[in-house]
Amino acid sequence: MLSGIFYGAQYGGTITSVLLRLPGEASSVVTVFDGYMMAKQGRAGTALGIAAVGSFIGGTVAIIGLTFLAPLVAGFALDFGPPEYTALALLGILLVATISNGGKIKALIAAGIGLLLATVGRDSFTGAERFTFGNLNLADGIDFVPVAMGLFGLGEILHSLEERHRAASVPAKVGNVWPSRKDLKQSSGAIGRGSVMGFFLGILPGGGATIASMAAYAVEKKRAKDPSRFGRGAVEGVAGPETANNAAATSSFIPLLTLGIPANATMALMFGALLIQGVTPGPQLVENDPELFWGVINSMYIGNILLLLMSIPLVGIFIRILRVRAAILAPITALITMLGAYTINNSMFDVLLVVFFGAVGYLMKKFGFEPGPLVLAFVLGSLLESSLRRSLLVLDGDVLGFFGRPISASLLVVFVFVAVLPLIQSMLRRRRNAAEAPAQPKETV
Amino acid sequence: MKQDPHPTEPHPGGAAAVGDPLLTDDALTPEELAARWEADAPPSAGGTANTVSSLVAAAIGAVGIVLSLGLGLGAPAQPEPGMWPFIVSLVVLVLAVAQVFTGRGGGDGEKFSRFSLFPLFGFGTLLGLAFLMPVIGFEIPSLLLSLVWMKFLGGETWRSAVLYSLLVVAAFYGIFVLGLGTSIPHLF
Repeated sequence: MLSGIFYGAQYGGTITSVLLRLPGEASSVVTVFDGYMMAKQGRAGTALGIAAVGSFIGGTVAIIGLTFLAPLVAGFALDFGPPEYTALALLGILLVATISNGGKIKALIAAGIGLLLATVGRDSFTGAERFTFGNLNLADGIDFVPVAMGLFGLGEILHSLEERHRAASVPAKVGNVWPSRKDLKQSSGAIGRGSVMGFFLGILPGGGATIASMAAYAVEKKRAKDPSRFGRGAVEGVAGPETANNAAATSSFIPLLTLGIPANATMALMFGALLIQGVTPGPQLVENDPELFWGVINSMYIGNILLLLMSIPLVGIFIRILRVRAAILAPITALITMLGAYTINNSMFDVLLVVFFGAVGYLMKKFGFEPGPLVLAFVLGSLLESSLRRSLLVLDGDVLGFFGRPISASLLVVFVFVAVLPLIQSMLRRRRNAAEAPAQPKETV
Repeated sequence: MKQDPHPTEPHPGGAAAVGDPLLTDDALTPEELAARWEADAPPSAGGTANTVSSLVAAAIGAVGIVLSLGLGLGAPAQPEPGMWPFIVSLVVLVLAVAQVFTGRGGGDGEKFSRFSLFPLFGFGTLLGLAFLMPVIGFEIPSLLLSLVWMKFLGGETWRSAVLYSLLVVAAFYGIFVLGLGTSIPHLF
């Protein structure tokens, strides 16, 4: 069901991109360029159909790749000790923070606050209570659900209240949804390339569907005999990115399922959702509970097939949902969030936490802080702390010992490189600007 | 049936937001469309907002440092409960101070406007729901929240706001109480 929701959400963003020219999520931004133009030409059905077919193929290729690659990675990860996990978690958080849309420092601050929130509650090593201020509800720590539901859910709903005064868009009309043989032939290359590209970009920490879709669009435009067609309703401009984003969305499960490390904020949510279902992702999952692991993989196959079977015939219903006014949807989603948060632990404290984090999420958005790095760091916080403390015990407090192990050393070198690279780029840019500045007056004289 | 609460209000972001430009100008290249989105975006929060938010983050870091010291740091070979939060708080403090200076020009975030009162009002109603739910059950607070959001925040007519609010609460009662049998506090 989780993978079904995930794939459905990916495809949902496509529908609004094509029909309203409003991308439902970041990975569907590039779909707007050609998808909406196709809709204006009366080919909205074709755009949605090719997106569904591409998504299915991209997702299937990625699941097959995942089926073969995941056990290998998990087997490799069984040799990981606390220092490797410390380095991997640090690198994952840094990559997500540096690849995020807003300011890098702000993203890192958000990640830091996420790590701090993860320390609230009883210390698993000593049993000492940290930052609970005598509140028994905080003794077991802050649950992942109120944080995620508040920051991503309620925060977004509160923000949308401010946007409500904007005029609503009317969806374009949809004709035949099934793509013609000519469309399929024209898109086949884009779908193939999108599948492979999306698969590899999705595995990278900090990568995922958004980067994959943008890369696929750029590649298709560059490869095209007539690039001017792009932005004017080229079917490859829809097929490539939509295939790539689904392939990437699927392959980003690999680090989660095999290492227990979410590669991006979406996977952090999936991590929490799996934990709620009693599934703890990580290398031990493949080793100790293969039925559960392969059950998760099988659910992806089924979810992907259902996406294709349901998305095309039900397009008419999706369009009707688009006509539901935001004024009616907003209280419904807010109430589902609040009541849903209560039902997990039957706790009113959790409901209050959702409201609190909802306000925090809204304010973060207003002040330019992304909630994604905070949630990812919050999820990885306990793993990171326990790995670091175990490492320090194993290494007898010698921090340089991290560099004595090849995997942790390599990961930390990459960490330092990723951390320092923006500074070097900034310095070079400043030096270049300074070098160009005195040259300009000479030219004007 | 739908009633826009601010039908003629231009967005504070500028003239580009007047009406629905997406429906009036279709022949845009991807680059022009990206530029249009950029122009449609609300104005950035500005330097003062950056300073305030960075100082709040710095305060979180500073408080974290003080509380972590109270928990005890220990030594690298024998870390105490305060060591990890101390390290993280220190990083947050340093980054926040850096942000005060590097973000002086603003650029990130969104400026507050009079429309920001809507989320504030919405937040108040959510708090009201959270406090009233354990006392009188979820039905009446949910009905009131739904009504207020649809009518006053969403600009629906009284008739549709009342009708949809009743339907929403009835649906939630059916799902959470009758269907799933959850222990959500309920009046009926």
